[in-house]
Amino acid sequence: MASRPRIERFTRTERLLHWTHATAFLTLLATGLILYLPALSTAISRRQLVKNVHIWVAVAWAIAIVLIIAAGNRKRLAADWREIETIDRDDRRWLRGRRAPQGRFNAGQKINALLTVAFALLFALSGFFLWLGERDHRFIFDGTGTVHDILTFLSVGLLVGHLYLAVIHPSTRYALRGMTTGEVDEAWARKHHAKWVEAEDGPPAR
Amino acid sequence: MNDRTIGRAGFLGLLGAGALGLFFARDATGLLNSAVPKSVSAIIPTSGWRIYTVGASMPNIAPAAYRLRVDGLVDSPKSFTLADLKAMPRAEQISSFHCVTGWVVSNVHWAGVRIADVLHAAGAKSNVSALRFVSAEVPYDDSLTLKQALLPDVMLAYEMDGKPLRREHGAPVRLVIPDMYGYKSVKWVNHIELGTATQPGYWEQHGYDVDAWLGRSNGL
Repeated sequence: MASRPRIERFTRTERLLHWTHATAFLTLLATGLILYLPALSTAISRRQLVKNVHIWVAVAWAIAIVLIIAAGNRKRLAADWREIETIDRDDRRWLRGRRAPQGRFNAGQKINALLTVAFALLFALSGFFLWLGERDHRFIFDGTGTVHDILTFLSVGLLVGHLYLAVIHPSTRYALRGMTTGEVDEAWARKHHAKWVEAEDGPPAR
Repeated sequence: MNDRTIGRAGFLGLLGAGALGLFFARDATGLLNSAVPKSVSAIIPTSGWRIYTVGASMPNIAPAAYRLRVDGLVDSPKSFTLADLKAMPRAEQISSFHCVTGWVVSNVHWAGVRIADVLHAAGAKSNVSALRFVSAEVPYDDSLTLKQALLPDVMLAYEMDGKPLRREHGAPVRLVIPDMYGYKSVKWVNHIELGTATQPGYWEQHGYDVDAWLGRSNGL
């Protein structure tokens, strides 16, 4: 049987950025929960070690993200961001639950991406001040910890939704291949991301 | 507003709100906590206790094995068991606990002994003017002046909220000084050294104020 036609959705740069961020996020979440939840703090109790891992993984995350952006396919990333920021009429209709043709990212994916980037930057900002405030108390602010905590709750919610849609939900789980191999099923893409496929390949053959 | 600015405005708005939150977000935790059921907040605290330790491991002291050594300016060094402390006049109080990192736990019910009773039982000399509280969690310690230690709501607590103090809160005995930030309230206290001058404690060697009065220290 001939394999079904595929279409490239994510380049190596995009996939590397995604999986680097995902790995760092899960490590930071695991160590962060040990630092944050009293039951886990007590069970693990090696706070200094866990704290150091948390901080150094955060530093490694920031460096890796900057390196990938600097050395990777910047043109492609800029195009991604331009598309993600653009919430057009079709997207607004789609968000209201109506049928509307979608681009390479649907409106939900755009919002997920905007939130993920905003949360990452705010995690980094509040985390930096948590670190600095401990060393120089002029930089202790009332809400630094609260912001870091609330971001944790929100991102776990976002992660659960993201995992459900990427792995379980019947009409979107085909997208997972796009983030692992880079390619998705063309027929699926034509149905769910019509504007993108038509812009790349033209309208479907009659 | 064109299509592109909608996403960008939302993104930048979120960043701005988060950055402002560094200064104002603490008040949000109270709201969040009242919105979450008690059964959930017991496991996932939206506000409340955080467990901070500085040593390689958290002390785990069997109540029967516990000894509180009091030495320095005393007639002769003394060692108290938990039962000895419980035989001293019992003090109770409801006070709030403020961490220097911003979280607050209101209305904690403590029971324990006042410092004056411990000093009396230990035979403290009349020239004592400072106390160093040493934790079983090496290398944590902190000091108070005699005047601070004798404030009416300072105690060595062995009960919290009606139950024996839990391990993560400093069992079996911790210091409680509600008018100062939490790092002064040494957990797992097993040694009190009586002297004439306070010494910088663990966090004070890391830049925090020795007199950690709420709202009047550490830039807060």
